[in-house]
Amino acid sequence: MLTVLTWVIAIAFFSPVLWMVLTSFKQESAAASNPPSFFFTPTLDQYRAVIDAGAGSYFVNSLIATGVSTLLVVIMAVPASYALSIRPVKKTQDVLFFFISTRMLPVVAVIMPIYVIAGQLKVLDNIWTLVVLYTSMNLPIAVWMMRSFFQEVPSEVLEAAQMDGAGLLKTLWRVLMPMVAPGLAATALICVIFAWNEFFFALNLTAARSATVPVFLVSQMTSEGLYLAQLSAASVLASLPVVLAGWVAQKQLVRGLSMGAVK
Amino acid sequence: MTSLVDKHQQKVRRETEQRRARGMSSAEGWRRRGPLLPALVFTLIVTQVPFLFTIWYSLQNWNLLNPGGDRFVGLSNYVEIFADSTFRQAAMNSVIFTLGCVFFAMLLGIVFALLLDRSFAGRGVVRTLLITPFLIMPVAGSLLWSVSILNPSYGLLNWLIGLVGISPVDWTSVHPIASILMSLVWQWTPFMMLLVLAGLQAQPKDVLEAAQVDGAGWWRTFISVTLPQLRRYIELGILLGAIYVVNTFDQIYLMTAGGPGTASANLPFYIYQRAFLGFDIGQAAAMGVVVVIATIIIATFALRLIFRSFDVKD
Repeated sequence: MLTVLTWVIAIAFFSPVLWMVLTSFKQESAAASNPPSFFFTPTLDQYRAVIDAGAGSYFVNSLIATGVSTLLVVIMAVPASYALSIRPVKKTQDVLFFFISTRMLPVVAVIMPIYVIAGQLKVLDNIWTLVVLYTSMNLPIAVWMMRSFFQEVPSEVLEAAQMDGAGLLKTLWRVLMPMVAPGLAATALICVIFAWNEFFFALNLTAARSATVPVFLVSQMTSEGLYLAQLSAASVLASLPVVLAGWVAQKQLVRGLSMGAVK
Repeated sequence: MTSLVDKHQQKVRRETEQRRARGMSSAEGWRRRGPLLPALVFTLIVTQVPFLFTIWYSLQNWNLLNPGGDRFVGLSNYVEIFADSTFRQAAMNSVIFTLGCVFFAMLLGIVFALLLDRSFAGRGVVRTLLITPFLIMPVAGSLLWSVSILNPSYGLLNWLIGLVGISPVDWTSVHPIASILMSLVWQWTPFMMLLVLAGLQAQPKDVLEAAQVDGAGWWRTFISVTLPQLRRYIELGILLGAIYVVNTFDQIYLMTAGGPGTASANLPFYIYQRAFLGFDIGQAAAMGVVVVIATIIIATFALRLIFRSFDVKD
């Protein structure tokens, strides 16, 4: 009984997504019908239309912004969180607090200067501007998360490495990285999700050349009236990478989202 | 006499040792701090420098539509925004969206997590279905809600309520705040559910069994054993949820554009409007500063809470 209820709730809760997927396989006339059409001949026309509309270049931009920023975050966050956990500097709490406080800054509060500075540096509509911003957006979260993973490494392991005369880099690379690899994967996944889905910076700082997938989605809505089925197909394509990654890594996602605070 | 000399020598030796220790600890300190520096310097530059500019802009009368009007006006931008009723309304809406979304998402999240915290056929699939809304790109989710679900002529919701005889509603223009809240709650419930689920699964089983042996019913056990155990997970969910929901922009931009009029604008959206549609940089900057100060005040309390409940080890 409770199981049936759970299934009903789950399907009801999931139904908007299901509806989006269904709509994406319809012809436009069937998509905007009233009453809604539940039975129709599926077609891939909408997906073809989305790709013909030039979705490819937006996906490339999103891939660059997401991939490079995540890489930069990992490169900077691993040593930083290592310093904050295994060999704590003075005022570790202050540094941690500073990092997380930057994440609490409303982005709107810094968008005007960023826009003006980017304009003067001639890097508006430049994908590397987004790379830098997404790196700064995700770095604090990554430092927090990685720190919690490093803290679980037993101190004997480090002492043993030190006895063997391993230097900082060697210890980090050979001894610690294998131990925190799952945590690192979760951290990277969170960074990917936030960067891939980011809309506000992309909307305000990019135009034709470097716009990302969310901007493409919005342009689909406003350009030539409303193509519901095509919009749904574009939404499915845009969401697919993160949805698949999230499905695969459900368990790690919890720890990641709670910044490792909850085990 | 000798004892005095001894004391003096001891003192000198002690001071030398302390100095040496300090010298060593400073070199050692740099070795420790070194790995932290790239991240710290990068974050400082990219996040703090623009904010300093924001403060500077907020003291200027700077409207891009009014070239040459650029001059230092002190705090008058701040005086104006506190007299601006739209700003007050947007602030109020921010509070409504944040509290409303966090509250309902947490409530639903707890219910979903309790339903999932049992073994039953297809549990993995159900969990997967329930977390998906969180993974959908917010822009796609907003479009899905405003276009497919809430649309007055062919939306799914109006068809559903039509089945029980309720006449169609133009959701996003008649109930803009409720519409946005609906999609926000839908998007955030899975996040709360995952956190609460983690908390439920971390519960020591023997305590639950002991409660059952004592003859406590399900509800008693939930209120007096499970809920206190979940407290820190719930606090964390509320804190993290609030940090993100307060910044909500996508849903408002795409579902109602802050409208009708400014009825559903929150602070991020209103500041965006002032800056990028009204070109009023000075005003928008002042609003940004006010929002930051308010956020810092709230966040300080919230962080104190979180540091207490997770006692960060140092």
